[in-house]
Amino acid sequence: MQLALFIIFGLLAVAGALNLLFQRHPINSALSLIVVMMSLAVLYWSLGAEFLAAAQVIVYSGAIMVLFVFVIMLLNAGEEERNTKGSKVAYIAGIPGAAAVFCLLTFVFLKEKQQLGYAMLQEMMTGAVSNLTAISHQLFTSLLLPFEVTSVLILVAILGAVVLARKEL
Amino acid sequence: MSHLSHSPFLTFLLLSIIKIAVVLVITLTAVAYTVLLERKVLGRMQNRWGPSRVGPFGLLQPLADGIKLFLKEDMMPLAVERPLFVMAPIIALACALISISMVPFGAKTMIHINGTKVDAGQISDINIGLLVILGITSIGIYGIALSGWSSNNKYSLFGSLRASAQLVSYELALGLSLVGVVLRAGSLSLRDIVRSQSAHGLISWNIFGGLQIVAFFIYLMAAYAETNRAPFDLPEAESELVAGYHTEYSSMKFAMFFMAEYANMITVACVASLLFLGGTLSPWGNTFNHIAFLNGPTATYFLGIMWFVSKVLFFILLYIWVRATVPRFRYDQLMGFGWKFLMPVAILNILATALILAYRS
Repeated sequence: MQLALFIIFGLLAVAGALNLLFQRHPINSALSLIVVMMSLAVLYWSLGAEFLAAAQVIVYSGAIMVLFVFVIMLLNAGEEERNTKGSKVAYIAGIPGAAAVFCLLTFVFLKEKQQLGYAMLQEMMTGAVSNLTAISHQLFTSLLLPFEVTSVLILVAILGAVVLARKEL
Repeated sequence: MSHLSHSPFLTFLLLSIIKIAVVLVITLTAVAYTVLLERKVLGRMQNRWGPSRVGPFGLLQPLADGIKLFLKEDMMPLAVERPLFVMAPIIALACALISISMVPFGAKTMIHINGTKVDAGQISDINIGLLVILGITSIGIYGIALSGWSSNNKYSLFGSLRASAQLVSYELALGLSLVGVVLRAGSLSLRDIVRSQSAHGLISWNIFGGLQIVAFFIYLMAAYAETNRAPFDLPEAESELVAGYHTEYSSMKFAMFFMAEYANMITVACVASLLFLGGTLSPWGNTFNHIAFLNGPTATYFLGIMWFVSKVLFFILLYIWVRATVPRFRYDQLMGFGWKFLMPVAILNILATALILAYRS
Protein backbone atom coordinates (compact mmCIF):
# COMPACT_ATOMS: atom_id res chain seq x y z
CA MET A 1 0.00 0.00 0.00
CA GLN A 2 2.70 2.44 1.05
CA LEU A 3 4.88 1.32 -1.84
CA ALA A 4 1.98 1.80 -4.25
CA LEU A 5 1.42 5.33 -2.91
CA PHE A 6 5.13 6.07 -3.23
CA ILE A 7 5.30 4.82 -6.82
CA ILE A 8 2.15 6.64 -7.95
CA PHE A 9 2.94 9.99 -6.35
CA GLY A 10 6.68 9.78 -6.97
CA LEU A 11 6.00 9.29 -10.67
CA LEU A 12 3.42 12.07 -10.59
CA ALA A 13 5.96 14.42 -8.97
CA VAL A 14 8.60 13.59 -11.59
CA ALA A 15 6.09 13.93 -14.43
CA GLY A 16 4.93 17.28 -13.04
CA ALA A 17 8.51 18.51 -12.75
CA LEU A 18 9.30 17.51 -16.36
CA ASN A 19 6.05 19.09 -17.55
CA LEU A 20 7.04 22.27 -15.69
CA LEU A 21 10.19 22.47 -17.80
CA PHE A 22 8.67 21.52 -21.14
CA GLN A 23 5.48 23.63 -21.06
CA ARG A 24 5.68 26.88 -22.97
CA HIS A 25 2.93 28.75 -21.25
CA PRO A 26 3.84 30.11 -17.77
CA ILE A 27 0.43 29.24 -16.32
CA ASN A 28 0.80 25.59 -17.33
CA SER A 29 4.23 25.53 -15.73
CA ALA A 30 2.83 27.04 -12.54
CA LEU A 31 0.08 24.41 -12.45
CA SER A 32 2.64 21.62 -12.95
CA LEU A 33 4.55 23.00 -9.99
CA ILE A 34 1.37 22.73 -7.92
CA VAL A 35 1.05 19.08 -8.97
CA VAL A 36 4.65 18.50 -7.84
CA MET A 37 3.97 20.14 -4.48
CA MET A 38 0.78 18.18 -3.86
CA SER A 39 2.52 14.89 -4.72
CA LEU A 40 5.35 15.80 -2.35
CA ALA A 41 2.75 16.45 0.34
CA VAL A 42 1.35 12.95 -0.16
CA LEU A 43 4.87 11.52 0.07
CA TYR A 44 5.50 13.43 3.32
CA TRP A 45 2.26 12.09 4.68
CA SER A 46 3.12 8.52 3.73
CA LEU A 47 6.38 9.00 5.66
CA GLY A 48 4.34 9.89 8.76
CA ALA A 49 4.92 13.65 8.64
CA GLU A 50 1.28 14.69 8.38
CA PHE A 51 1.79 18.21 9.72
CA LEU A 52 4.53 18.87 7.17
CA ALA A 53 2.20 17.62 4.44
CA ALA A 54 -0.60 19.93 5.52
CA ALA A 55 1.81 22.87 5.83
CA GLN A 56 3.14 22.10 2.36
CA VAL A 57 -0.36 22.21 0.89
CA ILE A 58 -1.54 25.29 2.80
CA VAL A 59 1.61 27.41 2.50
CA TYR A 60 3.07 26.42 -0.84
CA SER A 61 0.19 25.24 -3.00
CA GLY A 62 -2.50 27.31 -1.28
CA ALA A 63 -0.77 30.64 -0.73
CA ILE A 64 2.49 31.08 -2.61
CA MET A 65 1.42 29.45 -5.86
CA VAL A 66 -1.87 31.36 -5.79
CA LEU A 67 0.20 34.55 -5.85
CA PHE A 68 2.27 33.16 -8.75
CA VAL A 69 -0.85 32.32 -10.74
CA PHE A 70 -2.30 35.69 -9.80
CA VAL A 71 0.73 37.55 -11.15
CA ILE A 72 0.73 35.51 -14.36
CA MET A 73 -2.97 36.27 -14.81
CA LEU A 74 -2.50 39.98 -14.14
CA LEU A 75 0.48 40.36 -16.46
CA ASN A 76 -1.33 38.22 -19.02
CA ALA A 77 2.00 36.65 -19.91
CA GLY A 78 1.95 34.96 -23.30
CA GLU A 79 3.71 31.86 -24.54
CA GLU A 80 7.44 31.95 -24.33
CA GLU A 81 9.31 32.04 -27.63
CA ARG A 82 11.76 29.28 -28.37
CA ASN A 83 13.51 30.17 -31.62
CA THR A 84 16.86 30.63 -29.93
CA LYS A 85 19.04 27.56 -29.66
CA GLY A 86 20.09 28.15 -26.05
CA SER A 87 23.67 28.44 -24.89
CA LYS A 88 26.13 25.70 -25.75
CA VAL A 89 27.73 25.94 -22.29
CA ALA A 90 24.47 24.84 -20.73
CA TYR A 91 24.39 21.72 -22.87
CA ILE A 92 28.06 20.82 -22.44
CA ALA A 93 28.51 21.61 -18.75
CA GLY A 94 24.96 21.69 -17.41
CA ILE A 95 23.68 18.18 -18.17
CA PRO A 96 26.77 16.30 -16.94
CA GLY A 97 26.92 18.67 -13.97
CA ALA A 98 23.31 17.97 -13.03
CA ALA A 99 23.90 14.24 -13.44
CA ALA A 100 27.00 14.45 -11.23
CA VAL A 101 25.12 16.32 -8.49
CA PHE A 102 22.30 13.77 -8.69
CA CYS A 103 24.74 10.85 -8.39
CA LEU A 104 26.58 12.50 -5.50
CA LEU A 105 23.38 13.16 -3.55
CA THR A 106 22.10 9.63 -4.16
CA PHE A 107 25.41 8.23 -3.00
CA VAL A 108 25.44 10.34 0.16
CA PHE A 109 21.82 9.48 1.00
CA LEU A 110 22.36 5.75 0.48
CA LYS A 111 25.67 5.67 2.31
CA GLU A 112 24.67 7.78 5.31
CA LYS A 113 21.04 6.78 5.62
CA GLN A 114 21.40 5.73 9.25
CA GLN A 115 22.72 9.16 10.28
CA LEU A 116 20.14 11.02 8.21
CA GLY A 117 17.18 9.48 10.03
CA TYR A 118 16.34 6.63 7.69
CA ALA A 119 13.00 4.97 8.39
CA MET A 120 10.93 2.23 6.83
CA LEU A 121 7.68 3.42 5.28
CA GLN A 122 5.68 0.61 6.83
CA GLU A 123 6.40 1.51 10.44
CA MET A 124 5.62 5.18 10.07
CA MET A 125 2.18 4.68 8.57
CA THR A 126 0.90 2.24 11.17
CA GLY A 127 2.01 4.19 14.24
CA ALA A 128 -0.75 6.74 14.71
CA VAL A 129 1.43 9.09 16.75
CA SER A 130 0.76 12.77 16.35
CA ASN A 131 4.04 14.41 15.46
CA LEU A 132 2.46 17.83 15.92
CA THR A 133 3.35 17.79 19.62
CA ALA A 134 6.89 16.67 18.84
CA ILE A 135 7.39 19.46 16.28
CA SER A 136 6.04 22.18 18.56
CA HIS A 137 8.14 20.89 21.45
CA GLN A 138 11.26 21.12 19.30
CA LEU A 139 10.32 24.58 18.03
CA PHE A 140 9.67 26.05 21.45
CA THR A 141 12.61 24.50 23.29
CA SER A 142 15.80 23.74 21.39
CA LEU A 143 14.95 25.85 18.31
CA LEU A 144 13.37 28.79 20.13
CA LEU A 145 15.94 31.42 19.10
CA PRO A 146 15.94 30.62 15.35
CA PHE A 147 12.14 30.43 15.45
CA GLU A 148 11.77 33.87 17.00
CA VAL A 149 14.45 35.39 14.77
CA THR A 150 12.60 34.05 11.72
CA SER A 151 9.36 35.64 12.89
CA VAL A 152 11.12 38.99 13.31
CA LEU A 153 12.58 38.55 9.82
CA ILE A 154 9.13 37.93 8.36
CA LEU A 155 7.79 40.99 10.19
CA VAL A 156 10.57 43.10 8.68
CA ALA A 157 9.73 41.73 5.24
CA ILE A 158 6.04 42.62 5.71
CA LEU A 159 6.94 46.16 6.80
CA GLY A 160 9.24 46.48 3.81
CA ALA A 161 6.46 45.38 1.48
CA VAL A 162 4.08 47.93 3.03
CA VAL A 163 6.63 50.74 2.64
CA LEU A 164 7.31 49.78 -0.97
CA ALA A 165 3.63 49.56 -1.79
CA ARG A 166 2.73 52.93 -0.27
CA LYS A 167 5.35 55.46 -1.23
CA GLU A 168 3.55 58.37 0.46
CA LEU A 169 4.02 56.90 3.94
CA MET B 1 -11.87 -15.53 -4.18
CA SER B 2 -12.50 -17.09 -0.78
CA HIS B 3 -9.23 -15.83 0.65
CA LEU B 4 -10.00 -12.36 -0.63
CA SER B 5 -13.43 -12.17 0.97
CA HIS B 6 -11.81 -12.60 4.38
CA SER B 7 -9.20 -9.94 3.85
CA PRO B 8 -9.72 -7.12 6.37
CA PHE B 9 -8.27 -4.62 3.94
CA LEU B 10 -10.85 -5.37 1.26
CA THR B 11 -13.66 -5.16 3.81
CA PHE B 12 -12.30 -1.82 4.96
CA LEU B 13 -12.05 -0.60 1.37
CA LEU B 14 -15.57 -1.70 0.54
CA LEU B 15 -17.06 -0.14 3.68
CA SER B 16 -15.16 3.08 3.05
CA ILE B 17 -16.48 3.25 -0.52
CA ILE B 18 -20.02 2.68 0.78
CA LYS B 19 -19.54 5.45 3.36
CA ILE B 20 -18.18 7.82 0.74
CA ALA B 21 -21.08 7.06 -1.61
CA VAL B 22 -23.69 7.61 1.11
CA VAL B 23 -22.11 10.87 2.29
CA LEU B 24 -21.71 12.10 -1.28
CA VAL B 25 -25.33 11.39 -2.17
CA ILE B 26 -26.57 13.07 1.02
CA THR B 27 -24.32 16.09 0.47
CA LEU B 28 -25.42 16.54 -3.12
CA THR B 29 -29.08 16.21 -2.15
CA ALA B 30 -28.47 18.70 0.65
CA VAL B 31 -26.89 21.05 -1.89
CA ALA B 32 -29.93 20.79 -4.17
CA TYR B 33 -32.35 21.39 -1.32
CA THR B 34 -30.27 24.23 0.12
CA VAL B 35 -30.81 26.01 -3.18
CA LEU B 36 -34.56 25.41 -2.91
CA LEU B 37 -34.56 26.49 0.75
CA GLU B 38 -32.73 29.66 -0.15
CA ARG B 39 -35.16 30.50 -2.93
CA LYS B 40 -38.17 29.76 -0.70
CA VAL B 41 -36.92 31.66 2.34
CA LEU B 42 -35.67 34.60 0.26
CA GLY B 43 -39.04 34.68 -1.41
CA ARG B 44 -40.91 34.80 1.88
CA MET B 45 -38.56 37.50 3.18
CA GLN B 46 -39.26 39.59 0.07
CA ASN B 47 -43.00 39.00 0.41
CA ARG B 48 -43.44 36.57 -2.50
CA TRP B 49 -43.89 32.82 -2.85
CA GLY B 50 -40.67 31.48 -4.30
CA PRO B 51 -40.80 28.28 -6.40
CA SER B 52 -44.18 26.63 -5.88
CA ARG B 53 -45.18 25.00 -9.17
CA VAL B 54 -43.15 21.76 -9.44
CA GLY B 55 -44.44 19.19 -6.98
CA PRO B 56 -46.06 19.91 -3.61
CA PHE B 57 -44.75 23.26 -2.21
CA GLY B 58 -42.23 23.30 -5.08
CA LEU B 59 -40.35 20.39 -3.51
CA LEU B 60 -39.40 18.87 -6.87
CA GLN B 61 -37.91 22.12 -8.14
CA PRO B 62 -34.27 20.94 -7.63
CA LEU B 63 -35.01 17.92 -9.81
CA ALA B 64 -36.44 20.11 -12.55
CA ASP B 65 -33.42 22.44 -12.30
CA GLY B 66 -31.07 19.48 -12.50
CA ILE B 67 -32.75 18.09 -15.62
CA LYS B 68 -32.74 21.56 -17.17
CA LEU B 69 -29.01 22.03 -16.55
CA PHE B 70 -28.22 18.55 -17.87
CA LEU B 71 -30.14 19.05 -21.09
CA LYS B 72 -28.91 22.56 -21.86
CA GLU B 73 -26.47 23.03 -24.69
CA ASP B 74 -22.89 23.03 -23.48
CA MET B 75 -21.47 26.17 -25.11
CA MET B 76 -17.74 26.59 -25.28
CA PRO B 77 -16.49 29.89 -26.73
CA LEU B 78 -13.77 29.51 -29.36
CA ALA B 79 -11.19 31.73 -27.68
CA VAL B 80 -11.04 29.89 -24.38
CA GLU B 81 -8.01 28.05 -23.04
CA ARG B 82 -9.65 24.62 -23.51
CA PRO B 83 -8.02 22.23 -20.98
CA LEU B 84 -8.06 24.75 -18.15
CA PHE B 85 -11.58 25.89 -19.01
CA VAL B 86 -12.79 22.30 -18.59
CA MET B 87 -10.62 21.61 -15.54
CA ALA B 88 -11.63 24.68 -13.51
CA PRO B 89 -15.19 23.63 -12.53
CA ILE B 90 -13.94 20.12 -11.76
CA ILE B 91 -11.29 21.49 -9.37
CA ALA B 92 -13.84 23.75 -7.70
CA LEU B 93 -16.41 20.99 -7.16
CA ALA B 94 -13.88 18.30 -6.18
CA CYS B 95 -12.28 20.49 -3.53
CA ALA B 96 -15.67 21.48 -2.18
CA LEU B 97 -16.75 17.85 -1.86
CA ILE B 98 -13.48 16.37 -0.53
CA SER B 99 -13.50 18.49 2.63
CA ILE B 100 -16.81 16.89 3.71
CA SER B 101 -14.89 13.63 4.28
CA MET B 102 -13.15 15.04 7.39
CA VAL B 103 -16.41 16.09 9.04
CA PRO B 104 -17.57 13.87 11.94
CA PHE B 105 -21.31 14.04 11.35
CA GLY B 106 -22.30 11.46 13.96
CA ALA B 107 -21.10 10.21 17.33
CA LYS B 108 -18.21 7.76 17.13
CA THR B 109 -19.91 4.41 16.40
CA MET B 110 -17.63 1.50 15.62
CA ILE B 111 -19.04 -1.24 13.41
CA HIS B 112 -17.28 -4.61 13.53
CA ILE B 113 -17.54 -6.53 10.30
CA ASN B 114 -15.25 -9.35 9.20
CA GLY B 115 -12.54 -8.43 11.69
CA THR B 116 -12.43 -4.79 10.64
CA LYS B 117 -13.53 -1.83 12.71
CA VAL B 118 -15.13 1.01 10.81
CA ASP B 119 -16.37 4.30 12.24
CA ALA B 120 -19.92 4.94 11.02
CA GLY B 121 -19.89 8.57 12.19
CA GLN B 122 -17.20 9.91 9.90
CA ILE B 123 -15.42 8.99 6.67
CA SER B 124 -11.90 9.44 8.01
CA ASP B 125 -10.68 10.55 11.41
CA ILE B 126 -7.39 12.30 10.67
CA ASN B 127 -5.39 13.80 13.51
CA ILE B 128 -4.96 17.04 11.56
CA GLY B 129 -8.48 17.13 10.11
CA LEU B 130 -8.89 20.87 10.58
CA LEU B 131 -5.67 21.64 8.70
CA VAL B 132 -6.69 19.31 5.89
CA ILE B 133 -9.99 21.15 5.50
CA LEU B 134 -8.15 24.49 5.40
CA GLY B 135 -5.66 23.10 2.87
CA ILE B 136 -8.31 21.72 0.55
CA THR B 137 -10.25 24.99 0.74
CA SER B 138 -7.12 26.87 -0.26
CA ILE B 139 -6.67 24.57 -3.27
CA GLY B 140 -10.27 25.31 -4.27
CA ILE B 141 -9.17 28.87 -5.12
CA TYR B 142 -7.53 27.53 -8.28
CA GLY B 143 -10.89 26.48 -9.67
CA ILE B 144 -12.13 30.05 -9.50
CA ALA B 145 -8.85 31.69 -10.53
CA LEU B 146 -8.38 29.45 -13.57
CA SER B 147 -11.99 29.69 -14.69
CA GLY B 148 -11.74 33.46 -14.97
CA TRP B 149 -8.39 33.43 -16.72
CA SER B 150 -9.15 30.64 -19.17
CA SER B 151 -12.49 32.17 -20.21
CA ASN B 152 -10.62 34.93 -22.03
CA ASN B 153 -13.27 37.45 -20.98
CA LYS B 154 -12.70 40.68 -19.10
CA TYR B 155 -15.66 40.25 -16.76
CA SER B 156 -14.61 36.72 -15.92
CA LEU B 157 -11.01 37.79 -15.30
CA PHE B 158 -12.12 40.59 -13.00
CA GLY B 159 -14.44 38.28 -11.14
CA SER B 160 -11.76 35.68 -10.62
CA LEU B 161 -9.13 38.28 -9.62
CA ARG B 162 -11.53 39.67 -7.05
CA ALA B 163 -12.40 36.20 -5.83
CA SER B 164 -8.80 35.05 -5.45
CA ALA B 165 -7.74 38.26 -3.67
CA GLN B 166 -10.73 38.01 -1.37
CA LEU B 167 -10.21 34.33 -0.61
CA VAL B 168 -6.49 34.75 0.12
CA SER B 169 -7.14 37.74 2.39
CA TYR B 170 -9.99 36.22 4.35
CA GLU B 171 -8.28 32.86 4.71
CA LEU B 172 -5.91 34.57 7.18
CA ALA B 173 -8.69 35.83 9.42
CA LEU B 174 -10.48 32.48 9.09
CA GLY B 175 -7.42 30.47 10.06
CA LEU B 176 -6.50 32.79 12.93
CA SER B 177 -10.03 32.69 14.36
CA LEU B 178 -9.74 28.91 14.66
CA VAL B 179 -6.49 29.03 16.64
CA GLY B 180 -8.29 29.88 19.90
CA VAL B 181 -10.46 26.78 19.57
CA VAL B 182 -7.44 24.62 18.75
CA LEU B 183 -5.57 26.02 21.77
CA ARG B 184 -8.48 25.09 23.97
CA ALA B 185 -8.83 21.57 22.61
CA GLY B 186 -5.08 20.97 22.31
CA SER B 187 -5.62 19.03 19.10
CA LEU B 188 -6.35 19.52 15.42
CA SER B 189 -8.54 16.44 15.16
CA LEU B 190 -12.17 17.44 14.74
CA ARG B 191 -13.28 14.59 17.02
CA ASP B 192 -11.02 15.85 19.81
CA ILE B 193 -12.27 19.40 19.34
CA VAL B 194 -15.86 18.19 19.68
CA ARG B 195 -14.91 16.09 22.73
CA SER B 196 -13.32 19.12 24.41
CA GLN B 197 -16.77 20.76 24.48
CA SER B 198 -18.66 17.82 25.94
CA ALA B 199 -18.42 18.50 29.69
CA HIS B 200 -21.65 20.30 30.63
CA GLY B 201 -23.76 20.55 27.51
CA LEU B 202 -24.60 24.00 26.18
CA ILE B 203 -22.44 26.00 28.59
CA SER B 204 -19.21 24.20 27.71
CA TRP B 205 -19.52 24.75 23.95
CA ASN B 206 -16.73 26.90 22.63
CA ILE B 207 -19.01 29.80 21.80
CA PHE B 208 -20.20 30.14 25.42
CA GLY B 209 -18.02 28.33 27.96
CA GLY B 210 -14.90 28.42 25.81
CA LEU B 211 -15.15 32.24 25.60
CA GLN B 212 -14.67 32.00 21.85
CA ILE B 213 -17.61 34.20 20.95
CA VAL B 214 -15.33 36.79 19.32
CA ALA B 215 -13.64 34.05 17.31
CA PHE B 216 -17.09 32.78 16.34
CA PHE B 217 -18.09 36.11 14.82
CA ILE B 218 -14.75 36.48 13.04
CA TYR B 219 -15.16 32.97 11.63
CA LEU B 220 -18.71 33.69 10.56
CA MET B 221 -17.77 36.85 8.67
CA ALA B 222 -14.66 35.32 7.11
CA ALA B 223 -16.74 32.31 6.10
CA TYR B 224 -19.21 34.52 4.22
CA ALA B 225 -16.27 35.96 2.29
CA GLU B 226 -14.71 32.52 1.72
CA THR B 227 -17.88 31.19 0.15
CA ASN B 228 -18.48 34.33 -1.94
CA ARG B 229 -21.81 34.92 -0.28
CA ALA B 230 -23.64 38.19 0.31
CA PRO B 231 -22.60 40.71 1.64
CA PHE B 232 -19.20 39.72 0.25
CA ASP B 233 -20.36 38.38 -3.13
CA LEU B 234 -18.25 40.82 -5.14
CA PRO B 235 -16.75 38.12 -7.42
CA GLU B 236 -20.18 37.61 -8.94
CA ALA B 237 -21.69 41.06 -8.50
CA GLU B 238 -24.40 41.01 -11.18
CA SER B 239 -24.65 44.76 -11.55
CA GLU B 240 -21.01 45.24 -12.52
CA LEU B 241 -19.57 41.91 -13.67
CA VAL B 242 -22.45 40.09 -15.45
CA ALA B 243 -21.86 36.89 -13.46
CA GLY B 244 -18.20 37.11 -12.49
CA TYR B 245 -15.90 34.18 -13.02
CA HIS B 246 -18.56 31.85 -14.44
CA THR B 247 -19.86 34.26 -17.10
CA GLU B 248 -18.77 32.02 -19.99
CA TYR B 249 -19.89 28.74 -18.44
CA SER B 250 -23.09 27.00 -19.37
CA SER B 251 -24.92 23.74 -18.77
CA MET B 252 -23.23 21.23 -16.43
CA LYS B 253 -20.04 23.25 -16.10
CA PHE B 254 -22.04 26.14 -14.69
CA ALA B 255 -23.94 23.69 -12.49
CA MET B 256 -20.65 22.41 -11.10
CA PHE B 257 -19.66 25.91 -9.98
CA PHE B 258 -23.11 26.37 -8.51
CA MET B 259 -22.88 23.06 -6.64
CA ALA B 260 -19.36 23.90 -5.48
CA GLU B 261 -20.56 27.18 -3.99
CA TYR B 262 -23.36 25.53 -2.03
CA ALA B 263 -21.19 22.56 -1.01
CA ASN B 264 -18.65 25.05 0.33
CA MET B 265 -21.44 26.72 2.23
CA ILE B 266 -22.39 23.41 3.81
CA THR B 267 -18.76 22.60 4.68
CA VAL B 268 -18.29 25.98 6.32
CA ALA B 269 -21.52 25.49 8.27
CA CYS B 270 -20.32 22.01 9.33
CA VAL B 271 -16.98 23.37 10.54
CA ALA B 272 -18.68 26.21 12.41
CA SER B 273 -21.05 23.84 14.20
CA LEU B 274 -18.21 21.43 15.03
CA LEU B 275 -15.84 24.06 16.33
CA PHE B 276 -18.14 26.47 18.10
CA LEU B 277 -21.47 24.72 18.74
CA GLY B 278 -20.28 21.30 19.87
CA GLY B 279 -20.97 19.38 16.65
CA THR B 280 -22.85 16.19 17.46
CA LEU B 281 -23.29 17.01 21.17
CA SER B 282 -26.73 17.76 22.53
CA PRO B 283 -27.25 21.15 24.22
CA TRP B 284 -28.28 19.57 27.54
CA GLY B 285 -25.19 17.44 28.01
CA ASN B 286 -25.66 14.50 30.37
CA THR B 287 -28.98 15.65 31.89
CA PHE B 288 -31.05 12.89 30.27
CA ASN B 289 -28.50 10.11 30.55
CA HIS B 290 -30.63 8.19 33.06
CA ILE B 291 -33.22 7.43 30.35
CA ALA B 292 -32.11 4.02 29.07
CA PHE B 293 -33.79 4.45 25.68
CA LEU B 294 -31.53 7.41 24.80
CA ASN B 295 -28.38 5.54 25.81
CA GLY B 296 -28.43 2.72 23.27
CA PRO B 297 -25.88 2.86 20.46
CA THR B 298 -28.50 3.38 17.75
CA ALA B 299 -30.23 6.21 19.60
CA THR B 300 -26.90 7.87 20.40
CA TYR B 301 -25.87 7.63 16.75
CA PHE B 302 -29.05 9.06 15.30
CA LEU B 303 -29.47 11.73 17.99
CA GLY B 304 -25.91 12.88 17.27
CA ILE B 305 -26.66 13.16 13.58
CA MET B 306 -29.91 14.99 14.36
CA TRP B 307 -28.16 17.59 16.53
CA PHE B 308 -25.44 18.06 13.95
CA VAL B 309 -27.87 18.48 11.07
CA SER B 310 -29.98 20.96 13.02
CA LYS B 311 -26.90 23.06 13.83
CA VAL B 312 -25.83 23.04 10.18
CA LEU B 313 -29.35 23.96 9.14
CA PHE B 314 -29.24 26.89 11.59
CA PHE B 315 -26.10 28.20 9.90
CA ILE B 316 -27.59 27.81 6.43
CA LEU B 317 -30.70 29.73 7.49
CA LEU B 318 -28.42 32.40 8.92
CA TYR B 319 -26.66 32.62 5.55
CA ILE B 320 -29.96 33.11 3.76
CA TRP B 321 -31.16 35.65 6.30
CA VAL B 322 -27.95 37.67 5.94
CA ARG B 323 -28.23 37.57 2.16
CA ALA B 324 -31.76 38.95 2.33
CA THR B 325 -30.77 41.68 4.79
CA VAL B 326 -27.31 43.14 4.17
CA PRO B 327 -26.34 45.06 1.00
CA ARG B 328 -23.11 44.32 -0.83
CA PHE B 329 -19.83 45.88 0.33
CA ARG B 330 -17.63 48.07 -1.84
CA TYR B 331 -14.35 46.38 -2.78
CA ASP B 332 -12.02 48.63 -0.75
CA GLN B 333 -14.37 48.30 2.23
CA LEU B 334 -14.14 44.53 1.87
CA MET B 335 -10.35 44.50 1.86
CA GLY B 336 -10.12 47.07 4.67
CA PHE B 337 -12.56 45.10 6.78
CA GLY B 338 -10.60 41.89 6.32
CA TRP B 339 -7.11 43.22 6.89
CA LYS B 340 -7.64 46.13 9.30
CA PHE B 341 -10.46 44.82 11.46
CA LEU B 342 -10.90 41.04 11.35
CA MET B 343 -7.22 40.10 11.40
CA PRO B 344 -6.13 42.30 14.36
CA VAL B 345 -9.20 41.21 16.35
CA ALA B 346 -8.39 37.57 15.58
CA ILE B 347 -4.81 38.04 16.79
CA LEU B 348 -6.03 39.73 19.98
CA ASN B 349 -8.40 36.82 20.50
CA ILE B 350 -5.53 34.32 20.22
CA LEU B 351 -3.51 36.37 22.73
CA ALA B 352 -6.41 36.58 25.20
CA THR B 353 -7.20 32.86 24.89
CA ALA B 354 -3.56 31.90 25.37
CA LEU B 355 -3.25 34.15 28.45
CA ILE B 356 -6.42 32.75 30.02
CA LEU B 357 -5.34 29.17 29.34
CA ALA B 358 -1.88 29.85 30.78
CA TYR B 359 -3.43 31.49 33.86
CA ARG B 360 -5.81 28.58 34.45
CA SER B 361 -3.25 25.79 34.14
